[in-house]
Amino acid sequence: MNNIKISVKNLNIYYGNFLALKDITLDIPEKSITAIIGPSGCGKSTFLRALNRMNELLPNVRTEGEVILDGQNIYNDDVDLVSLRRKVGMVFQRPNPFPKSIFENVAFGLRIQGIKNREQIEEIVELSLRRAALWDEVKDKLHKSALELSGGQQQRLCIARALAVQPEVILMDEPASALDPIATLRIEDLMRELKEEYTIVIVTHNMQQAARVSDFTAFFLTDDNRAGMLIEYGRTSEIFTMPKDPRTEGYITGRYG
Amino acid sequence: MKFRERIYIAITALAVVIVVGLLFFIIFDIFKNGIGVISWEFISQPPREGMTKGGIFPALYGTLLRTLLMLIFVVPVGIFTAVYLNEYGRGKRFSKWIRLAINNLASIPSIVFGLFGLGFFVLFLRLGAGLLSAALTVGLLTLPLVVVSTEEALKAVPNSYREAGFALGATKWQVIKMIVLPQALPGILTGAILSVSRGMGEVAPILFTGVAYYLPYLPSSIFDQFMDLGYHIYIMTTQSFNVELTKPIQYGSTLVLLMLTFSLNIVAILIRSKIRRGRIG
Repeated sequence: MNNIKISVKNLNIYYGNFLALKDITLDIPEKSITAIIGPSGCGKSTFLRALNRMNELLPNVRTEGEVILDGQNIYNDDVDLVSLRRKVGMVFQRPNPFPKSIFENVAFGLRIQGIKNREQIEEIVELSLRRAALWDEVKDKLHKSALELSGGQQQRLCIARALAVQPEVILMDEPASALDPIATLRIEDLMRELKEEYTIVIVTHNMQQAARVSDFTAFFLTDDNRAGMLIEYGRTSEIFTMPKDPRTEGYITGRYG
Repeated sequence: MKFRERIYIAITALAVVIVVGLLFFIIFDIFKNGIGVISWEFISQPPREGMTKGGIFPALYGTLLRTLLMLIFVVPVGIFTAVYLNEYGRGKRFSKWIRLAINNLASIPSIVFGLFGLGFFVLFLRLGAGLLSAALTVGLLTLPLVVVSTEEALKAVPNSYREAGFALGATKWQVIKMIVLPQALPGILTGAILSVSRGMGEVAPILFTGVAYYLPYLPSSIFDQFMDLGYHIYIMTTQSFNVELTKPIQYGSTLVLLMLTFSLNIVAILIRSKIRRGRIG
């Protein structure tokens, strides 16, 4: 097993008084893909958003426990949210490029850091688009609106936009659920390439997708009070071939969810 | 049953005819009597011979100037208020109170604004009766319009844009400045234009705060008194020593004022429909 990049310890998340995630403890290894699977409403996305503190954008969310990234608890008071989110990038379920040009979308993260050097920006934009396997398709229309791209291209653009700020971890919240099968496969190929350099955590509804791309899989399920909890976590090959928990087996063989 | 249904249709149709008919009658009457009066001389010359002859230039000038001043005050204050309500204060009880206050501000009779302007800007702040006091007073009246339309425009910006910005490490203000406001700009512009066309025709708020019956000179500073189109029409119809004689000027002035506000409204409508088309397309 690789080094541990993120270590989650006894994480509880409340929406108001409602306990949405209960006592999650798991270690996410560096430079690998960890998939979070489970039925709808089991807190997968909430868990993912806890890793870059995006839950805090919603009112009334309370987080207990620790998320230790490179030895530091990101929930400490002295943690700078801006630098945390630069280090932990995110790709959302629906492609959400800004209504700006392709170039400006990727350059956004640099501009907010106050980088003004045109050559430097152009260089990083190209590099990011190449890494997101989009460069060849858009290099002649960098200054056209990002909204003219297809859904799959838009999602790869969002990945390029996240890569431009040089993150170490990339969170993906069902990144292919709004895409057709071919675009989905392209995103999966891309993820396999990206894990050479980045730690990727992906939430997915699609078990085949988890089986295809991930190295580790965590299975979440709700308890009787609708609180999400971690049922089983381990190597993807083991989870899918010989799950230890009967509930995991039930889910991956399609008995519920 | 069928017969009753017909009656209801007839009643509603009649109401529509009354509304549309009145509008057309007013516009037609003003156009018919006013169009012959309007000329370059009418627009560009001051009144002559006890305001029975000549043009309306000083009134037009005063109206435009006080409206421009109002815009300078109302647009930033309105936008920042809406940004606070929608971006920073979302869901807070304090914002609900502010919103309630703004809605109440919108329902205050305009003459009350006039009295408030006299008491507050003219006397208490010692700005005197002039362009600035009048502009600020009218600004209070149109402020809710700008706040509400800006808030609508901000609300229409999808949350996914904000999330994407935050996830890239943008601060709240960076998200607002670089993503939300540019996206909301057409809607904000629409609100600003509507506030201009509304403020331009208001007379009650400027009554005690700076408008003058007649001035031989144009105002040279923002503290000077000014003439105003709406007020000019009012005094021509009520205070003039010969109302019949000044009738063409009344019609002409009214037509000019109407055309100004109409054309601004049309611009606002065009921008709005362009936004809608942009959203669908």
